[in-house]
Order: sequence, then structure tokens, then C-alpha cells
Amino acid sequence: MSSNRQAASASPWRAPVLFAILAILFVLEGTVRNGMFSGSWNTSLAILNMGLISAITALGVNMQWGYAGLFNTGVVGFLAIGGLAPVLVSLPPVEGAWSAGGPRLILSLLVGLGTLALAKIVYARTRRAWSVALVLLVGLVAYRWLFDPAVTAIEANDSARTGNIGGLGLPVLLSWLVGGAFAAAAAWAVGKVALGLRSDYLAIATLGIGEIIVAVLRNEDWLARGVKNVAAIPRPVPYETDLQQNPAFADFAARWGFGVAEASGIWVKLCYMSLFLVVLLAIILLAQLALNSPWGRMMRAIRDNETAAEAMGKDVTARHLQIFVLGSAVIGIAGAMMITLDGLMAPTSFNPLRYTFLIWVMVIVGGSGNNWGSVLGAVLIWFLWIKAEVWGPNLIGVLVGPLPDGDIKAHLLGSAPHMRFIAMGLVLLLVLRFAPRGLVPEK
Amino acid sequence: MSDQDAVFGKRGNRDRSVVNPGGRGSIDGTRRSGPVGPGHAGDPFLIGEGMTGGYGKGADILHDCTIAVEQGQIAVIVGPNGAGKSTAMKAIFGMLNLRKGSVRLNGRDITALNPQDRVKAGMGFVPQVNNIFPSMTVEENLEMGAYIRNDDIRRTMEQVYELFPAVAAKRRQAAGELSGGQRQQVAVGRALMTQPSVLMLDEPTAGVSPIVMDELFDRIIAIARGGLPVLMVEQNAKQAMMIADKAYVLVQGANAHTGTGKELMQNDEVRRTFLGG
Amino acid sequence: MDILNALVAFLNFVFIPAAAYGAQLALGALGVTLIYGILRFSNFAHGDSMAFGTAITILVTWGLQALGVSLGPLPTALLALPVGIAATAVLVLATDRAVYRFYRAQRAAPIIFVMASVGVMFVMNGLTRLLIGVDEQRFDDGARFIINVRDFREWTGLSEGLALRSTQALTLVVTVIVCAALFWFLNRTKSGKAMRAYSDNEDLALLSGIDPEKVVRLTWIIAAALMTIAGVLYGLDKSFRPFNYFQILLPIFAAAIVGGLGNPVGAIAGGFLVAFSEVAVTYPWVKVAGYLFPDWQPGGLLQLLGTEYKFAVSFVILIVVLLFRPTGLFRGKSV
Repeated sequence: MSSNRQAASASPWRAPVLFAILAILFVLEGTVRNGMFSGSWNTSLAILNMGLISAITALGVNMQWGYAGLFNTGVVGFLAIGGLAPVLVSLPPVEGAWSAGGPRLILSLLVGLGTLALAKIVYARTRRAWSVALVLLVGLVAYRWLFDPAVTAIEANDSARTGNIGGLGLPVLLSWLVGGAFAAAAAWAVGKVALGLRSDYLAIATLGIGEIIVAVLRNEDWLARGVKNVAAIPRPVPYETDLQQNPAFADFAARWGFGVAEASGIWVKLCYMSLFLVVLLAIILLAQLALNSPWGRMMRAIRDNETAAEAMGKDVTARHLQIFVLGSAVIGIAGAMMITLDGLMAPTSFNPLRYTFLIWVMVIVGGSGNNWGSVLGAVLIWFLWIKAEVWGPNLIGVLVGPLPDGDIKAHLLGSAPHMRFIAMGLVLLLVLRFAPRGLVPEK
Repeated sequence: MSDQDAVFGKRGNRDRSVVNPGGRGSIDGTRRSGPVGPGHAGDPFLIGEGMTGGYGKGADILHDCTIAVEQGQIAVIVGPNGAGKSTAMKAIFGMLNLRKGSVRLNGRDITALNPQDRVKAGMGFVPQVNNIFPSMTVEENLEMGAYIRNDDIRRTMEQVYELFPAVAAKRRQAAGELSGGQRQQVAVGRALMTQPSVLMLDEPTAGVSPIVMDELFDRIIAIARGGLPVLMVEQNAKQAMMIADKAYVLVQGANAHTGTGKELMQNDEVRRTFLGG
Repeated sequence: MDILNALVAFLNFVFIPAAAYGAQLALGALGVTLIYGILRFSNFAHGDSMAFGTAITILVTWGLQALGVSLGPLPTALLALPVGIAATAVLVLATDRAVYRFYRAQRAAPIIFVMASVGVMFVMNGLTRLLIGVDEQRFDDGARFIINVRDFREWTGLSEGLALRSTQALTLVVTVIVCAALFWFLNRTKSGKAMRAYSDNEDLALLSGIDPEKVVRLTWIIAAALMTIAGVLYGLDKSFRPFNYFQILLPIFAAAIVGGLGNPVGAIAGGFLVAFSEVAVTYPWVKVAGYLFPDWQPGGLLQLLGTEYKFAVSFVILIVVLLFRPTGLFRGKSV
């Protein structure tokens, strides 16, 4: 087996060199125009910005997997619930929505949560299933009695344009933190149940909660208009049209030799990029500090030998819950950032393959347990994922060029974009097999 | 440990909704057997000669260790904890990478065979722990013992039930529900079902009460007197030597003393170090 | 009379659809549970392998239909099914040889198999997309109904109608046959017992002369058959959309875990439990209640949850069962 053994101690230059190669890829994408690259800085920066958001998501997953060995298969759900925050925090309030049913709605949600809490207390006190069932039934009826009319009223309020509860009109940057808090709350609820059992059931529980959160966003029109989508989420950066009308900016663009339309797009993307980089670096910094603190050492001790850590009196389950909540909060922040970048909340776009399992490919390819590795893996895989959609058809086009025109050629060309799924699967399998430590191995 | 395990071994294995570590094995079932060679003239029935090696790529545990058993005899391996007794047994059974030495059975050199093929060559092996199929009935356990046979196994099964009447009464019960002593009987019975030409027992009396232990020793003697050579590792050195035709004392993976059970019982050094005076 | 009407409405809208859906889940969960018990990991590629097998079956069905071959009242897909099973078996065996076998030889930790199955999931997903695309496909033909609503009303004189679609009946019949065959195989044949022995104790199975690789191959072949049958029945009953096959992974896993992972009886029970709960919780009971309590005017539809939230049901059942019975309803290997 020595043939496939990856050197445990990688060169210290490894990560910088890989990041440099990645940077060159983005520069090529921005400058060279051929079959492989678009030659557009706008495209290059757009890929990079989404790559940075993927990097933050991957960091969250890596915290859970790398530090504690938790297998989260509901990343999509935590992203989505984080994405709810910009809608609820930064959108302007919807006129009449609050008076239509706001207080009643809040009350119903409190009753719902209270019912669950009461059921838990009743079970702890009496240990009788039927009394718990009774509490739940009464609670459910009360909840529905409060909830249904409130929702109907809110959704009836100007349903063509809004029909949702609306936001608070606060700055959108604040919503990023709120997104983290939303995801953390959801993670706490799942983790409390799935990690507290005799053995963990986190993978299946997160798979379930992921589906449920996305289903809620899709169907609860009062919350974020469901599949009708919420558009025009406020931005933390200037709008392209405003820039284009600003003579000072036009001068500035001309000096750099760009057309004003292109320059405005680049400028906006650079603004986003700076914001994302600040968040990313802050999270990495905190994560590294945490990892090297006594808390981080304890986490690693627990991961490496759970039994021994338990024997030493460490509460393994509580630590796991902590890290799961923290990691999910990071994913939630990324979700809020993503919705802010898109300016659009479209629940149908939350596909688990893209938002859960592709993130996993990023983490494994980058290097389990290494934060910089996750960042590298995320940006690289995202770049490949986007470019494969272009490269696949080009490659197939070259390959089937000699074939006579016909159904088979058309089918092959038509299905070429799907090749990227196969490519990503192969990348994961190959890394797992030949370089399981990933591009930047854990120290 | 593989590279994969170094990275992933400590992650995610707690999550029962995705992984099932229960019943996992340690033997590589994908290893292919090499060729069988001729034995040496004048060999004992089974001999592991000059065995040197360890697990995987780890350090050597055995150092030029030789163990043999003659037709119709009982040979025991004794020694202090960590002396490599079980390792020697596993080496003979092919569960270890031997760097040097050879294993020969019944006039054939089987050093290159994998464990599965050694079973087919006539070795019956009873591991120390996890030696039954807990969710299967006693009868199914015995049937699985006879997996490699294509002839009628009912006669052998009756013989096993005659040998161990206690388990015969529970033939329809899941083996995992039996008492410790009865499980050991099922384990030995399972190995006998292959109709092996040599029976290898790894500490068959570990963790059973003294009464059950005596009973088990009686059965083992009965098996050997029936003509089947028995090689066993024993923690209870005194009892083991009393029934042994040949005894091997191992220290740190090497032969320290070899002789008949009686000889070693009278050997002062052996008495002082292993038998408690 | 009203009680009969209520009963018919219940059968028509709850019992029959749930039974068919439960059978499909049970077959899926059997595959998951076999792989969990014997290969010791949860196969995330299960849903996509089901989609692959179904896609092949659909393509062959179309081919047969184009040739004018049909099974009369039965769907032509039944004829194409063996081809689908064979293709899926070849694919999963090739995957095992190329991917999983290496880790088996390394005695790698089970989580590595899970990660590898995520990679396989991507590949299978891509293959299915290449084969048939991402759009919805319908491939059922033959007789649509065994009992249809109008005939039923005429026969019985009840105001409530009952429909039994042929795909629903077919699903149940095929599931009974498949389950019977599987249990006969696992409990009565030497190879089946060898599979159970390997699941119980790998090393001892090897020491009994059972070839582990043979057990693994057999498991994949059986799993491929179960996957394809489940996928085709699901596709015939509902319709074929590759993404639905990914989503059905959750109820299938839930069924397998609720029943006790690694336990085939549990997988079947879990499948029906999840399906009946899903349908019962998302069904608007107002019609049934209207027959039973004619004087009562309920305010709503008496629907506990919207159908969009059916996944929440599998999740809640899962949590409730695990809270009270951590090993599942039937003792599984997931202690």
C-alpha cells in the first residue's frame, strides 16, 4: 500500500503554491479569451465571489467534520435558513402585513414552541407517552387555531406583489449575523435530539432537517413568498446603474480603459469580494484561534480518542453539540451572504446535490481538518464546477466532431453539461483513493 | 493503518445512521492464495517453523518461533501476557505477514495460502473472542461451520450434539443468547463441522467458570483421543500442561521452553516463572 | 351506509396509496439495510442507482413499445425489468470493483465507504442525466385500472367511489413475491445464510470458508435487483423524475432506521410505517369525517400537514422511534 501513501508531512510551500495556481486560473479567466476561458473580469469575479461563499460554507462543514468528525448532510438547509435572514431583516416592512396578523402569528409560533417544551417537561416528569401525546394534540390544535387565520390574512395582503410578513428594514449586513443565528438555532434543535441518543444519528437527522427547511421556504408564502420568490433584496454595495450615471466613475473607468458598463459590474463585484474576504478571514482567524486554544485541544483530544476523553470526564455529547452549532452558524452566515449577493431568494434553487454534497467534495478535496484547505478546495471546485459546464460541451464537441450529424451526436452534445456531475464524482473518488489527506493536509 | 484510515478513521464513525462497525473483520478477505509447495520429510502433522513477522507493516512480534503438533496429540502454547501466544496461532493460520519461516500441514507447504484456503486445507480454528454468529441459531452456526462441505453434514452434526448435549437442547435458539460456556461449545462445534484434520483453539476457556472450564478440557481431551490433533493457546498454564502431550512456553515471541507437559511441569524455571512455584 | 362510504373513502385515499407507496419504500429500504448489514455503510448512491436502473428499464420499454411488443394488460416495463436489473447489477459490481474493494482490502473505516458512496452518487446521477435527461417521463401502459370509480359505484350503489390502479396492485403483488423470495433465500439457502453469517461476524465467516468477496458480490446483485424493482414500481405508480429518486432517499433511510438497520423484517415494517404515516398525516380527513359525523361542520380540511411536508413526517417518525427504541422497532445492528 506504500504506493498510494501520501506524504504525511507536506512541504510548507504547498499551500501558497496551490493558492498561487488558483489565482492564475482566475487571472486567465479574466484576461484570456479562448475555448477554455471567457476573458471577462466580470465572469471571473462572479465565479470568485460565489467561490468565497462556498469557502465559508466549506469552513463551517470543515469545523464540524474536521474538528469533531460530525457528518452533516443537511448543509443545504442551514444555507437556506441563513438565506432567510436578509429577507426578514433587510427588506422594507410590508404595509399592512403586520396589522393583518403579525402579533397573532408570533403568538402562534410561541405556542408551538411552548407546546414542544411543555411536552418535554411532561415527559421528563411523568414518563407517560399518553400525557405527552395529549399535550402535543392540544398544543397543535391551539397552534393551528392561531396560525391559520393569521397566515391567510397576511398572504391575502396585496398577494400579487407581497403577501409576506415583510422585513424590518435594517441594514443587510446585520442580516448576515442573524442568518448565522437562525442556522445555529436550527442546528441546536437537531443536534440536541440527534446527538443525545445512545449513538449518533446526525447524518440522517440533518438530511431530514435540510429537506424540511427547504420545504418550509418553498411553501410558507407568508415567510418569504415561497416559490414566488423575493427579489430586490437591499445591497450593501452600490448599484451598477447608479455608478454608470456617476460622471466621476465614468472618468475613473475610462482611465483604466474599461467601458463604463463593464467597469460598474467589476466595481460592484470587487466590493462584494472585499466584504466576503473580510468575513472569510475573520472566520478563519477565529477558527484558528479556537483550534489552538485549550478548547480546540480538547476537541481534538475527543475526536482522536473519544473513550479516553469520556473517561477523563469530558462531556463528549455537549462538545459535539457546541461544534455542530458553531459550524452551522458559519454555514448560515454563508447562506445570508449568498442571498445578499444574488439579491434574490428563490427556494427552488436549493438543490442538495449542489449545496450539500458539492460542499462535501470541496472539504474532502481541500483536506479534511484544514481550514485553508477547505478554502482552497471550495474555490477550486467551484471554479471547476462552473467551467466544466463550458468545457464539457467543448470537449464533447471536439470528440464527436468527426461523427456524422444525427440523433446520437445531438444527444451527446445536448447532454454534455451533465458531464460535470460525473467529473465531480470522479474528482472525489480519486482524491479519496490517492490523496485522502486532500490538497492541503491537516497538520 | 492505511492513509485513508489516518485521515478518516477518527471521523464520523460514531454516526450509526451511516456506519455499522458491528461484526467488522480484521482479516483481509481479498488476499489471494499463493501456490502450495511440498512438505519436508519427517515433518510433524502440523508445523509452523522459524516464524518471524508481525501485523501489517508493524514491528515483528514473533522471532524465529516454532510450534508443531503430532497426529492424535494435544499441543499447548503457554506463556506470560504479551508473549505472542495468540499471534503464533494466528501466524500458523495465515492471519499475519510472515517475513521468515514456513507453515506445513500434512506433508504440504501452505505458507502462501490465505486463511480461507487453509480452512479448506483442513485447519479448524476457534478464535478467542467473537467466535460465534450471534444472531443465527445454534444449528445455523454449525451449518456455517460446514459451509465448505458439499456432502451430508447431518452425521457430523449429530456427533457435535453428542459431544455437547447442552447446546443440542438449544439448537433452535440464537447463539448470542446462550451462556458463556455454551457459546464456547458452539464455537468449538462450528470448527468441528468442517471435519478438520487439525483443531486450533485460542484460549477456549477464557472467561468461563472453573466448572465449565473442566468440562471443556474434558471435551477437548475427548476430541484429541478421537484422533484429531489439537493445538491450543491457554492462559491456565497448569491445567493445560496436565493434558498436553507437547507444550511450548513462549517469551517475547520466541520459544523459551519446549517439552512434554510432564517435563515442563518438573522444570524448575518454568514452575517458578509461570506456574507460581 | 355512511360508515361504508367512510370506509371506502379511507381505502381509496389512504389505504391503497399508502400500501403501494409503503411497498416501494420497503423494497428500497431492504436494499439499504442489506448494504448496511453486509457492507457496513449507508449507501448514499442508493437513490441515484434506483434512478439509473429505472432509466435503463424505461429505455428498453420504449424500445419494446417501438417494436410493438406488449404484455397486454400488464405494463411493458415488466418485460424490460430484467434488462434494467442486469444493467444495474453490472454497474454496481463494476463500482464495487473500482471503488469499494480497495477500501475493503485496506480494512478501511466504514465512514470512508460512506464518503466514497457520495462520489458514486455524483457519478450515477450524471450517468442517469446522460441517459435520459432530467425531465419527467411516463412509461406505464397496459390497463390503467383494475377497479375504477364509476364501475365501483354501480356495483355497490355507494356514493363514494373506489379506484384500484393496476400499478398499485402490481406493486403489492411484486413486493410480496420479492420479499418472500428474499426471505426464503436469506433463511433457507446456504448462500443466504452465508450472507447473514458475514453480516454477523466477518472474520468468523472467513474462518468457516465463506468467500467474503462472493458474499459482497451477491449482496450487490440482490441490492441491484431490489433497487431497480423499487425504482421501476415507483416510476410506474407516480412518474419518473430523477430528482425524486434522490429525494426518496430520506424516507427510505428513515424506513430502514425505524425498522432497525440491518434487519430485513424491520426494513419492510419501517417502509409501511413511514408510508402510512406520511399519507395519513397529509390526507385531508374532512371527507371521511363528513360521512362519520354528518352533523359536524369542521372548520378546515382536517389535514394535519400539507402534502409538501411529507418529508417532515418521515423525519418525525424517525426521531420518535429513536427516542423510545434506539435500535429501531426490530432489533437492528445499529446499537
